[in-house]
Amino acid sequence: MSVEIRNLSHIYSKGSPFEFQALNNINVTIEDGSFIGIIGHTGSGKSTLIQHLNGLLTPTSGTVLVDGEDIFNKKKSEMIQLRHRIGLVFQYPEHQLFEETVQKDVAFGPKNQGLSEEDVNNRVRQSIKMVGLNYDEVKDKSPFELSGGQMRRIAIAGVLAMEPSVLILDEPTAGLDPRGREEILAQIKSLHTQKKMTVILVSHSMEDIGRLVEKILVMNAGEVVFYDSPNRVFTEIETLESIGLAVPEVTYLMKRLKTKYPEIREDIFTVEAAKDEILKVIRG
Amino acid sequence: MLKDVTIGQFYPTGSVIHKLDPRTKLLFTTAYIVMLFCINNLWGYLATFLVLVVVTLISKIPVGYIIRGIKGLVLIILLTVTLNLFMTPGNVIASLGPFNITLEGLKIATFMALRLIFLIVGTSIMTLTTSPLDLTDGMEWCMRFIPFVRRYAHELSMMMSIALRFIPTLMEETDRIMKAQKARGANFETGNIISRAKNLIPILIPLFISAFRRADELATAMEARCYRGGENRTRMNQLIFENRDRVSFVLMFMMIGGLILTTMIKMPLIFPI
Repeated sequence: MSVEIRNLSHIYSKGSPFEFQALNNINVTIEDGSFIGIIGHTGSGKSTLIQHLNGLLTPTSGTVLVDGEDIFNKKKSEMIQLRHRIGLVFQYPEHQLFEETVQKDVAFGPKNQGLSEEDVNNRVRQSIKMVGLNYDEVKDKSPFELSGGQMRRIAIAGVLAMEPSVLILDEPTAGLDPRGREEILAQIKSLHTQKKMTVILVSHSMEDIGRLVEKILVMNAGEVVFYDSPNRVFTEIETLESIGLAVPEVTYLMKRLKTKYPEIREDIFTVEAAKDEILKVIRG
Repeated sequence: MLKDVTIGQFYPTGSVIHKLDPRTKLLFTTAYIVMLFCINNLWGYLATFLVLVVVTLISKIPVGYIIRGIKGLVLIILLTVTLNLFMTPGNVIASLGPFNITLEGLKIATFMALRLIFLIVGTSIMTLTTSPLDLTDGMEWCMRFIPFVRRYAHELSMMMSIALRFIPTLMEETDRIMKAQKARGANFETGNIISRAKNLIPILIPLFISAFRRADELATAMEARCYRGGENRTRMNQLIFENRDRVSFVLMFMMIGGLILTTMIKMPLIFPI
């Protein structure tokens, strides 16, 4: 599914003294099957933007087209249908868990879709597997007796069980330990490569975004600053720093190495690529 | 969506009224309410109306914002007016089937409606111009003068300020959880009462869990900073009466005096009784 954002603006609490312009004339096209990263300082409008993509927020002006159709022209029932196709995982999604058992909680989404019990069970089984947990081990447990990382996965499974064609994740690794981060990101990556899902990943971490995504959307104060491939975005160090962001540590290293070895490449943002490049230069 | 609730909301404009000591505003409001029930003719209501207009103008709060507060109570006002209009015995001036409208009824109904509206408007100006934390500070001071209650004044006001502090947080949380469940295809807008009530479970359970978690974290954080309640506790921001407070006390006494004077006016306004 392709998602087109057209002249989108959003103003919170319009007409009160707390009025706040969160988005200002955003124009972005997200192609079918792509992997996009959204990055920006706190309060730059990332979360507001993604909540427009499945119609949870209504824009003050502008619109969102999904497969060419304006989603804000739809009826309520069609809107609910749309939310099944565009899965949104909120920040700290484990706070939305409510059922007695993991099985029932993950089944909430597909049940709302009106699937048969058999289909629901199949989807629950699959999606729990997809997030790397043992279905038979966790299905009868209460979601509240799981560890933080496991709860997070169950919550993500709850969205995956609806089998959306676009998956949006708002900081899925916030507050997890390094191993939990790695595992969740690897699973998201495999969803994209194996299931051909369109993935939109909101993150603070340049490292994570740099090595995973095809295109980065950089936001600042409700506007789009860059929408380009990581190679291009990460060369704009000054602009990124001026809006409170940074490039991956390893890119800074390459920049400093360049003063000693002028032939070394700077547009590198993963440790593996840096290793190869350094070895190449040293071995000459 | 939930952000648009206005009852008890604080509307900062930085006016003189906003800067007044909360105790001054509490006393002023109390005097105003007491006077509202002492007034016995339309001259008094006219004078009260003038007081409200002046206060509203000084506070720089948009009139529409204040009027919005009345909307929620329109039903109660209408009920009072209707009951008084038809149920008061006296000189009949019009009849509607078996019901008679009397002149006395009309008068009492008008007075009741005005009294309620002025009550709501007056108290909403108070909450609109005072931040919740200032308000509880002022109330703590006032509670010191009530026997039995004074021993728990600090604890009570601490509870109140924590409760007030968490209203917006819990509203935001509700909004977030609602959106998260909507993103999973939950439907809160259609269906009969029973299915709607059932649909609330996916919101209420996470909300309770988060409220308990927050309460627990707050208690730990307070204990970590050695909080031990009111005894020997000093405050960072002392409440001090300034010159503007002294001026408002003078104005308050003038208002009380003026309103008492209106009760002595014998010449009727509109109603010939």
